[in-house]
Amino acid sequence: MFTEYDPLHDKMLQILDCSGNIINPKFMPDLSLAQIKEAYKWMLYARIADIKAVSYQRQGRMYTYPPNLGQEASALGTAMALEKEDWLVPAYRELAAWLYRGVSVKEVYLFWGGHEEGSKFASAKNIIPPCVPIGSQTLHAVGIAYALKYKKQNNIVLTYIGDGGTSEGDFHEAMNYAGVWHAPIVFVCQNNQYAISTPRKKQTAARSIAIKALGYGLKGIQVDGNDFLATYSAAHAAIKEVREGGMPILIECITYRQGAHTTSDDPTRYREKEEEEIWLERDPIKRLRAYLQQKQEWNEEEDKKLQEQYEKEIEEQFAQAEKQPYPLSDIFQYMYVETPENLRKQQIEYEKFLNWKETQKWQ
Amino acid sequence: MAVMTMVQAINSALEIKLKEDSNVLCYGEDVGVEGGVFRVTENLQKQFGEDRVFDSPLAESGIVGTAVGMCIAGLRPVVEIQFCGFVYPAFNQILSHVARMHNRTRGRYRMSMVIRFPYGGGIKAPEHHSESMEALYAHTPGLKVVIPSNPYDAKGLLISAIESDDPVLYLEPKRIYRAIKQEVPQEKYSIPLGQAKIVQDGHHLTLISYGAMLREAQKAVVMAKKEGYSIELIDLRTISPIDKETIAQSIRKTGRVLSVTEGPKSFGVGAEIMAIANEEAFLNLEAPPTRLAGFDTVPPYPRGEGWYFYPPERIFYEIKKLMEF
Repeated sequence: MFTEYDPLHDKMLQILDCSGNIINPKFMPDLSLAQIKEAYKWMLYARIADIKAVSYQRQGRMYTYPPNLGQEASALGTAMALEKEDWLVPAYRELAAWLYRGVSVKEVYLFWGGHEEGSKFASAKNIIPPCVPIGSQTLHAVGIAYALKYKKQNNIVLTYIGDGGTSEGDFHEAMNYAGVWHAPIVFVCQNNQYAISTPRKKQTAARSIAIKALGYGLKGIQVDGNDFLATYSAAHAAIKEVREGGMPILIECITYRQGAHTTSDDPTRYREKEEEEIWLERDPIKRLRAYLQQKQEWNEEEDKKLQEQYEKEIEEQFAQAEKQPYPLSDIFQYMYVETPENLRKQQIEYEKFLNWKETQKWQ
Repeated sequence: MAVMTMVQAINSALEIKLKEDSNVLCYGEDVGVEGGVFRVTENLQKQFGEDRVFDSPLAESGIVGTAVGMCIAGLRPVVEIQFCGFVYPAFNQILSHVARMHNRTRGRYRMSMVIRFPYGGGIKAPEHHSESMEALYAHTPGLKVVIPSNPYDAKGLLISAIESDDPVLYLEPKRIYRAIKQEVPQEKYSIPLGQAKIVQDGHHLTLISYGAMLREAQKAVVMAKKEGYSIELIDLRTISPIDKETIAQSIRKTGRVLSVTEGPKSFGVGAEIMAIANEEAFLNLEAPPTRLAGFDTVPPYPRGEGWYFYPPERIFYEIKKLMEF
């Protein structure tokens, strides 16, 4: 696969077309229909959680939120190819991958709902928190990969970055370190075409992001990021190769952020409606649903029923997240392993003020 | 005169300097087409073209590092870093080159740039969007640090910053980007760097603040007045170089000083004010010079903000303690 799709050939791996037909059986992944159905369900689950997050934000019950709409296949397909003990190092727009790895919707809502308890990701194994400083997580991923190799564990690391993130110096350093250390790592770039308002062509003069891998001695591949079968297939092959001692691999998933950068952003300022409509046709969930329907594995009624079930589950998770308390001590107690005396005193002083405030009559 | 928010006042200063001086350029992430995520550079690309107002790739070290080169070649870049928490990739450039190039070349190359960025919290933003780390820059020799507290000052200070041949870090309190509207002249005017402003005369206690906290301090002054306390309120405006004389004179008069800042308390701007009180007004002191600042913690995620960004009552509480000392 990595020879045929060498980035120098400017080819993009695609297996499923926009109408749900298999057009590239050679690289069809070894997944049963039941597994593909499972994948579809995860994508649907992530999408509902995502749409609800935006709506809670609009209701003023959640804070700034970055929608994942349209990127479910690139997140899920890559994460699904991991084994349980492998590591996942997020950027911040791979909701389907987090959920698949065991993070609860409650935690996701706590995180974007402004509570640190949500970035602990306590329910999932071998994962680190979302990373807001763009691109910086890729170096952490390489460090974890080095440690796995050092400890002779046969596991790998998969990390995410966006197209904008590849402009950061840390991305260059991570790719370089990964190559020099021959680290067991797969980089996934979700190229969703925009870094807030800045289009991909303003980030790099390179003809693809995948091609950047070559400069560091790594392999690269460009895949249709809205095609679950392609993202899974490429990730599966990459992970296998890296696990067997191959050089690190960079997967560029060509996708599209159907929504805004975050709930504070207004995409009408920088892109055209016509462009958005083209990408709606390539929607990853629609495509996989069409495939399953063709195989008589799925129907509208099942879809509706499942959606209703998910909505209910997700609403319950949100209710729990909303109820999470945030006592004053939460600010202090995790700054250090043992809270230094002067920090403890700052909390006591503030409590004294609060007590005094209670006793005052404010006009 | 026109009524402007701080966002509009900053935009107006940029527009004036872009019009007046072809060496002035503006760039940063989403600065061009989008006009900045807070719309501070709105319409500037349309007006001045893509070679003067443009979007940079997503790389802060790149933004500041290239600005160093532009200054060497005689331009006056005004660059934007999108949020205070995203300056750190550019730290190497700021500390190693922006602050040093002039000295290193014995005055041959001037770092005539402005690095603008929104700072401070209180808008329920995600992690890394609420920092108030001005002390880091103020502690760095070779940099000037400016923080306006209202639209009028924002415009006049930015004009001076752009005209300064030394590098200026211009921090914009995003909490009050749009909260205050004020009469601001449309034409050019400047406010000199390095000069604090006495916002209100008083004789019992000197209250010193800047940026978004100044507004909270003003509310506390009103509370204090009801108790019969006459507070002298000073807006620093320039953090570094700090206006030692204005601060010292006021403390010599009142004998009491309280600083009100947002960032972490220890080793912060408040500590510098305390040092000035001790060094310059020791014999006049009637109460211990006192700092009110943020906790020595990271700013919490939005749900914890209510604990971290203290209310004016907290300032009043400290004023009362000092008055009753």
